Amino acid sequence: MDLTPLFQWLYDSPVGTAIRENGTLFPWVESVHVLSITLVVGSISIVDLRLLGITSKSRAVSRLTGEVLPFTWVVFVLAAITGGLLFSSNAVKYAHNTFFLAKMALLVVAFLNMLVFHAITSRGIEHWDASPHPPVPARLAGGISLLLWIAVIVCGRWIGFTMTAF
Amino acid sequence: MTLHAFCEWLSQTPLSQIIQNISWIIPSVQSVHILCIAIVMSSAFMVDLRLLGVIGRDQPTAGYTSRFLTWIWPTLVVLLISGSILIIGEPTRSLENPAFQTKMVLLILAMTTTLVLQRPTFKDPAYWELSGHRIPARVLAVVSLLLWTGIVFAGRWIAYMNISGD
Repeated sequence: MDLTPLFQWLYDSPVGTAIRENGTLFPWVESVHVLSITLVVGSISIVDLRLLGITSKSRAVSRLTGEVLPFTWVVFVLAAITGGLLFSSNAVKYAHNTFFLAKMALLVVAFLNMLVFHAITSRGIEHWDASPHPPVPARLAGGISLLLWIAVIVCGRWIGFTMTAF
Repeated sequence: MTLHAFCEWLSQTPLSQIIQNISWIIPSVQSVHILCIAIVMSSAFMVDLRLLGVIGRDQPTAGYTSRFLTWIWPTLVVLLISGSILIIGEPTRSLENPAFQTKMVLLILAMTTTLVLQRPTFKDPAYWELSGHRIPARVLAVVSLLLWTGIVFAGRWIAYMNISGD
């Protein structure tokens, strides 16, 4: 499936054009993107480190996720919106950037990892919710998530060095 | 010696030359830098949002200040090291940059705010829960949120207020 017409349409859209042509719009949107992505990754790491049995051990896992993850979703939506806006400014080129594609693939894997955790691993959480050392599948979910999000940040930073200015 | 002369001298040092000539050093160090910013930002936001009563109201604020504020200082050390590498590699782009200078002023203010929040909790972990301390705690939380957010914005704008022309 060739998505190039869609990317070209995004590029030509008023929003994409405005972000590309207005000198200060891109850095502002990018700043909000960086702010929200640091908060996404940092807040997910709090949960991951708890699942790994490293931090917040006195706090039940379900309580920790209850207080942290709603915040994560808010900042994730912000990161997705600002990311979409940045993408629209140079859609065709981003869509061919290796680090951008890797970042998107990593996001999909992180999402699947989260789905597996919520659908399967966290069933029976009542048996280990308060335990400082969650069982192996939960620790695995935390470890995988932590590595994936670190890779998301690294790929994101490398996009800026592999895209030539427009 | 003017700041500009210092930057010129620094950029000619062997260490700076190495950083300038090996293309993967700056993106890699920037990746580490952003990951550390994610840790600091999320730690600060968790404490501030708890002090504002947005999250975790079932747990005393003491649990938050002890769990999260302690992450800020060691992470700031890593940020200082990675930031210094970036400065040595691109002295003019950073030291002479108004966005960088703004970031440093905001950083000093944010560190001071963090100290003001943290110090009384060493003697009395429940300090910010005492009846007369809740309003100052909220004010400090808002100031802290604004300062750390400002640091991320100023940091991203370094790339766009670059007077060195490279």
